[in-house]
Amino acid sequence: MSFHRFRRKATNAAMLTLTGLCTLIAVGTLVFILGYLFQHGGRSLTWNFFTKLPAPVGETGGGMANAMLGSAKLLLLASCIGVPIGFLGGVYLAEFGRSAFSFVVRYTTDLLNGVPSIVIGVFAYTLIVLRQGHFSTLAGGIALGVMMIPIAIRSSEEFMRAVPLSLREGAMALGASKTKAIFTVVIPAAKEGIITGIMLDLARVAGETAPLLFTSYGNNFWSPGWQHPTAALPVMVYNYAISPYEDWRQQAWSAGFVLLMLVLTVNIIARVILSRRGHVAR
Amino acid sequence: MSPMQAPSPQPAPDVTMRGQTFPMQMAEEKKPVAGEVAKLSTTNLNFYYGSFQALHGISMQVYANRVTAFIGPSGCGKSTFLRTINRMYETIRTSRAEGEILLDGEDIFKLEVSELRKRVGMVFQRSNPFPKSIFDNIAYGPRINGSVSRSGMKEHVEQSLRRAALWDEVKDKLNESAYSLSGGQQQRLCIARALAVDPEVLLLDEPCSALDPIATAKIEDLIFQLKDSCTIVIVTHNMQQAARVADFTGFFLMGKLIEFDTTTVIFKNPAKKETEDYITGRFG
Amino acid sequence: MSAFTTTDFRARPPGRALAFWTRLRRGDEVAYTVTLTCALSILAITALLVFELYTNSAETRHKFGWSFLSTSVWDPVAGEFGALPFIYGTVVTSALALLIGIPLGVGAAIFLAELAPAKISNGLTFLIELLAAVPSVIYGLLGIFVLVPMLRSAEPAIRAVLGWTPLFSGPFYGVSLFSAGVVLTIMIVPFIISISREVILAVPNEQREGALALGATRWETTWNVVIPFARKGIMGSIFLALARSLGETMAVTMVVGNDPKIHASLFAPGYSIAAVIANEFTEATGGLYQSALIELGLVLFGLTMVINGVARLLVLGTTRKGAA
Repeated sequence: MSFHRFRRKATNAAMLTLTGLCTLIAVGTLVFILGYLFQHGGRSLTWNFFTKLPAPVGETGGGMANAMLGSAKLLLLASCIGVPIGFLGGVYLAEFGRSAFSFVVRYTTDLLNGVPSIVIGVFAYTLIVLRQGHFSTLAGGIALGVMMIPIAIRSSEEFMRAVPLSLREGAMALGASKTKAIFTVVIPAAKEGIITGIMLDLARVAGETAPLLFTSYGNNFWSPGWQHPTAALPVMVYNYAISPYEDWRQQAWSAGFVLLMLVLTVNIIARVILSRRGHVAR
Repeated sequence: MSPMQAPSPQPAPDVTMRGQTFPMQMAEEKKPVAGEVAKLSTTNLNFYYGSFQALHGISMQVYANRVTAFIGPSGCGKSTFLRTINRMYETIRTSRAEGEILLDGEDIFKLEVSELRKRVGMVFQRSNPFPKSIFDNIAYGPRINGSVSRSGMKEHVEQSLRRAALWDEVKDKLNESAYSLSGGQQQRLCIARALAVDPEVLLLDEPCSALDPIATAKIEDLIFQLKDSCTIVIVTHNMQQAARVADFTGFFLMGKLIEFDTTTVIFKNPAKKETEDYITGRFG
Repeated sequence: MSAFTTTDFRARPPGRALAFWTRLRRGDEVAYTVTLTCALSILAITALLVFELYTNSAETRHKFGWSFLSTSVWDPVAGEFGALPFIYGTVVTSALALLIGIPLGVGAAIFLAELAPAKISNGLTFLIELLAAVPSVIYGLLGIFVLVPMLRSAEPAIRAVLGWTPLFSGPFYGVSLFSAGVVLTIMIVPFIISISREVILAVPNEQREGALALGATRWETTWNVVIPFARKGIMGSIFLALARSLGETMAVTMVVGNDPKIHASLFAPGYSIAAVIANEFTEATGGLYQSALIELGLVLFGLTMVINGVARLLVLGTTRKGAA
């Protein structure tokens, strides 16, 4: 074949290889991250980690039990804010909204979604911590809740819109009012998508550190109620990782491993559910 | 309104279409009793999608316990007309209806719309069972309307399925998903679901267009049985179907009701040239 | 007698008023109001956010005005606050991340969308989208203990190739703008891949077939026909990745060196807006200090808002799923 033709074929092959290499690097990173975290964090995970409170500096054998409970409390509060507002807002956009107003709502939702989490943290600080005069679980939970809302709205709206018109018409032809049709037919039809959307939302917010740095701040002990600062898993990873103590850094690896496992497990479950039902995960 | 002719008993006439002759099995001809009861009546109905007028001055009557068919080429307005009867068009933003439609003498626009839809049921072109079990699909209507008690629901569901000639095929799998049924079965399920609210009128919008001939035949048999308890209005693009099942037929063209009469007259002796052209296949 | 109809379920035909009580019982009004309130709350929250940021940064806004953005001195003790070092650090790290990340990301996206068989493509995309779910602090953890040592050992090689530029001069202690840029690269690449792939898949097949029918190779089809067609969407994905990298906090603050000065070299430590807020907020004594940090938050908010806006405009309507 002519040189020109050969060059084209060679370019073709070279590009295939090159782009494949890029993909390999990307995927390899994930494998590397998982492997490394398991190596350094997973293998040295002890029972102490899950049951003990942080030990004073210099002592070994401490754990992060309070951080795990703290994260759980924060996520609970965040869901109480994020899920109802997000879900019902999504219902509005999908079922009732069609005008300029809903365009504004969607635009603002995307805007809020794009705000860096540290700024949300500052917002929660000025809104609550400044006014109350102390750090608290409440402030942290609200920061995380505000972060949950935009994602929950968009995913709920998307899955409800995906329900075909024929189902709504079928319900209305039987005498159901619009609201009845929505709540007895459309939402049940979209429920998998809505639930997995919320799961993914929670997983994302569970890993957030920045907004907690000056809202729930941290705590070496158990945090009673909602008005005290509390330890949280991602914050512990950060604090221990930048500390000069070897034992703490080891715990940072363990905590990182636990956090990553939780987040990835929820993600994988959610995506598998969605792909089995023919949806495409966002 | 064109005058009603008392149909004389005669053997099922053949219809010639596109140069071929088809022996037609006509619907059983009943002598319309003087003053056949009008279940639905429309007067000068105009319908608009935005600025486009889809229906022009439709005036006609649907008689109780009879099967009335609407035929006509695609886009002639017959489905649109059907959807005005139970006000389903109201789901479309820019739509507008003007004129009068009476159900048993009551103005349907003054009725509560969900009340209207309990009395006038609809089955759609493509079956649309809910993602629920077969039982829950049938029970949906009575449940939201509160018309059947919880204890009586099982029996009511069975009765509806029997009326739709589906009971025997599903009685062992009432709790399975409705999507496990075949296309024809799903459509009969939708009919059963519509029947479960005990409608006085049943609107069928091309119910067999997505079905094979055997499933179609089953549904046509069903229509025969149902008309004793129900008034049936069916839109179909299949002329033989209209000729087979309907007592009365209306021919729509470009949003106008060209002719409305007993099926025998429409197919054998139409008064209007456009009707004759359509029946004999010169267009559409 | 003429009919009155609209599609607004709340409108009632004149002549027969359905009792408000009945409508209320039927739940339509309630559902509408409740869901509307939730939708409105988004607007309220965002407005409140801007309000709080604005009012709480009043001190420094009044004291420094616009020069806040152009001053490069950050001295809390002396009460001198300038945002320039952080803006510089944010822009430089993000620019570096894009420089490396765009070829890497778009390249992988091309492979996954055009050149790889469907099953492999879906499987690998699944894994890459998992990467996007990894929390920032985990990247930071790996950044400190894995990436920085790696870069330390790679430093001689980099210096040999690029040491002649001022960008790679000076001592290298590991934590630096360069390290932060590399960490950011790894974090934004999944976004670029994911969105670009969607956009490329959305290019109609007729385009490809047209090129192939003329005898083009697969690569030529992709590069000369498909990519130009998908250009807008790919740009959008880049802007979205940029918006994310601007706001990235934890990973950056753990490897950037936390030095509020502007250095020409990438090997030098630096600071980003998000990182300084994260590090110094709890130690900010006095109203002016805190106000300065909050004003930085306001700047970051504005920056990401603009970039996100541009991104949405570009990506809208260019993916298979329609509006992203």
